[in-house]
Parts: sequence; C-alpha cells; structure tokens
Amino acid sequence: MKRLTLPLKEEDIAGLKAGESVYLTGYIYTARDAAHKRLYNAIKENKSIPIDLSKSVIYYAGPCPNKPGEVIGSCGPTTSMRMDKYTPLLMENGLRVIIGKGERGDIVLDAIKKYKGVYFAAVGGSGALIKNCIKSSEVIAYDDLLSEAIRKMYVEDLPVITAIDSNGKNLYKTEREKYKR
Amino acid sequence: MRIINTKVIKENVKEMFLNANVHLSEDIKNALKEADEVSPIGKNILNIINENIDVADKTNTPICQDTGMAVVFLEVGNEVFFEGEFIEDSINEGVREAYEEGYFRKSVVKSPVFDRVNTKDNTPAIIYYKYVKGDKVNIKVMPKGFGSENCGQTKMLNPSDAEQDVVDFVVESVSKAGSKPCPPIVVGVGIGGTMEKSAMMAKEALFLDINYKEKDENLQRMREEILTKINNLGIGPAGLGGRVSAIGVNIMTYPTHIAGLPVSVNIGCHVSRHEERSI
Repeated sequence: MKRLTLPLKEEDIAGLKAGESVYLTGYIYTARDAAHKRLYNAIKENKSIPIDLSKSVIYYAGPCPNKPGEVIGSCGPTTSMRMDKYTPLLMENGLRVIIGKGERGDIVLDAIKKYKGVYFAAVGGSGALIKNCIKSSEVIAYDDLLSEAIRKMYVEDLPVITAIDSNGKNLYKTEREKYKR
Repeated sequence: MRIINTKVIKENVKEMFLNANVHLSEDIKNALKEADEVSPIGKNILNIINENIDVADKTNTPICQDTGMAVVFLEVGNEVFFEGEFIEDSINEGVREAYEEGYFRKSVVKSPVFDRVNTKDNTPAIIYYKYVKGDKVNIKVMPKGFGSENCGQTKMLNPSDAEQDVVDFVVESVSKAGSKPCPPIVVGVGIGGTMEKSAMMAKEALFLDINYKEKDENLQRMREEILTKINNLGIGPAGLGGRVSAIGVNIMTYPTHIAGLPVSVNIGCHVSRHEERSI
C-alpha cells in the first residue's frame, strides 16, 4: 500500500490514480460547513484567512470532544457535497488536497482537473478508527464554531482512497456503473 | 394509576443515548458482518466499517462523530401519571447529560436560517408523544446523523398510482442519495396518512429490527422488491461501487384519504443507531 507524507508534492498528486488506497501522514486542517462559509466570504472580501491554502490539506470533519487524556474524540469525514459551492474558489487560491466522503458535483470535478488537485475519500462512519490515527489536535481558528472550528491535526497513516484523481477520473462514477444491473 | 417520577424517564433517556451512540444493535451489526460484497473496494470498506464498530464498542468511543440530533418517541400508557419535573424538560435534561458525559458532539443550532449559533448541549431533542393503553412507558431513542437525514424525501402520490410508483419513488430517492448517506443504509418508508404522518412513520420504521417479518404479504413483497432494486443500483459500501447498498427496508403504513397516497423515505446510515426500552 502507498504511503505519502503531507503536504503532497505536485508529482505525488500526479502519480495518484483513482481507486488507489493510500496512507497519509502529516498535518491536515479540519473545516466543514460553517468554517468554509467564513473562508469563502473572507476571500471574496479580500480579507486574510487563517491558513495558507497552498500548503494545506483540508479534511471535512467536525469531531467529538476529546475525553480527558485523549487527543480528540471520534473524527470521521462529513458529506463533501455540501462544500461544493466553496471548493472552486479555495482551489483557485491554492488548495490542492481534500479529504471527505461522498461524490462531488461537476464544478468540483472541473476545479480538480483545472488545478491538478486530488480528492481523497475517508470511510464515513468510521470515526472511532480514524481517531486513533490522530496524534495531535489544536484549534487554530474560529473557535466559536466549536466542533466546526478549524483544527490543525497531525495524522499518522490515515487510510484514504483516491476518489477523484488529478485527471478527473471519478471513482464514484466508474465503480457505480460497474456494479449496476 | 401508576405514578412515575420524571427523573426515571430522564435517567433512562440519558443511559439510552450514552449506549446507542457507542454500541450498534445486533441486527445491523450482524447484517454488516455477513454482507456478501463482490466489489474488492466495497469489501475493504466493509472491513473498515466492521472494525470501527468493534473499536467503538471496546473503547467506549462514539461509532461516528455525528452523534446526531436526539430523536425520542415516548409512548405513555393512559394509566401513567408523571410526577416531578415537566416531562419535556426531563427528556431534554437526559439528552443534555448524555451528550456532556459521553463526550458526544453537540450538533444543534438554535436558529436554522439566521445566525446558526450552537445550543452547546445538543438540545432541544425532537420529541413525539403517543398515548397508548396500559401502565407502561415505552421509550425509543435515536441519535440521528444528518448525512443520512439530509437524503430524506416526501412525495404526495396520486391514488391512481400503483405499487410500482411507490417502489420507484423509494428506489429513486436512494439512487439520488448515492454515496451521501453512508451506505450500506437502512431505508425507513412511511406510506399513507397525511404528509407529516408519512414522514413520522418513515422515521419510526428505522426502529424496527431489519429482519422483522411483515405479515401483510403485499407489503413483504414490496420490501423485498425495493431492497433488490436498491442493491442493483451499484452504489455499494460508501458509494464506491458494489452490490451491498442497503441492508434493510422497513415499512410502516396508515390509512389515508381517498384523494391521496403520501410516501416518505427516511434513510439511516450504516450506523443506524437506536434503542428501545419499556418501563
């Protein structure tokens, strides 16, 4: 199985093929609905944003709180499609690597192809397992959003599947077609 | 008359949410374990799903970070008299304590449209009361995640529409949902009544054991047909292709008006969590 260190280099992204399973190690940033809205509005209004998108991996997630002595609670991915309307602008501003769950709309597919990005799928509803891959977590922005705040997390061997590769090959489409009858 | 202090209801609601968010019911656990998936990616995903259920169970960790909006069905016997705090406050207190002590995510915002500020304790719960005969109180709780909830549909069909139209609407709803509700899913279907009655039945159907035997032959046939058609959509585990897209189709019905045929679909993800207790 392929192991990659984050942030990914251009050639790492180019080498990924839809369907390929990968273990990711490095820093990721959580952001979901409310944080995306703020990032999007800030960019639109030419205001600064709290992360450097060109060096960041965004993980669509809002974790459970940590129990005492633990790094974080259950932390699986949330449905990506709700972030579709924000994604092209974030990619235009440097974002290349996204982790979430579920299919994406055409505007995101086009943006991934245009900017040579990659969309990884983590397994939805596997938050207890993913929690064990997270070695550190700190809120770095929008702490008033609670579970929806932006967290910087260090993950070790986070298991993901390449769902949409930089050529726009979309696993959700190809695999569903394969098993339809 | 039987007097029950609402503290007892609060404690039960609390325990039930603490439990339901961490441990899955046996019917769903077994169905996921025994699922026969042909797609290699799907097989791999089912293994991850089953391992996650196991880890959550053993480490007392929420199975999914979306510990849901708290849905409660309270069936109160007509011989029961509640004493103590107001019943609705007691249920909400049970939810509040469970989400705090369980380190569950608080996912409720006060104003749905405007500022969307979090209520910070996962209340208010969604509560449905029903009066039944007897001296028991039956409590049903469901932490309902919104990845799947967002995929629900209601359609007011015509009386001239036939069995096939009902089947098609349910299958079409699941097809549109695709990967979003975290398949393999459980499909709750409510048929009949009024618009909101069908939606409530679709939700309540998710409490049924997915292996229940429907006495009405027509309905049983419809359940099987819907399940087969859903599994032929190709969606598969996590929506990444395969033949295990749903593990159960649960249907509830109610008489309806001569002019109507309401149908609702409420989807439960592969961690379709619920618990029921009679006290």
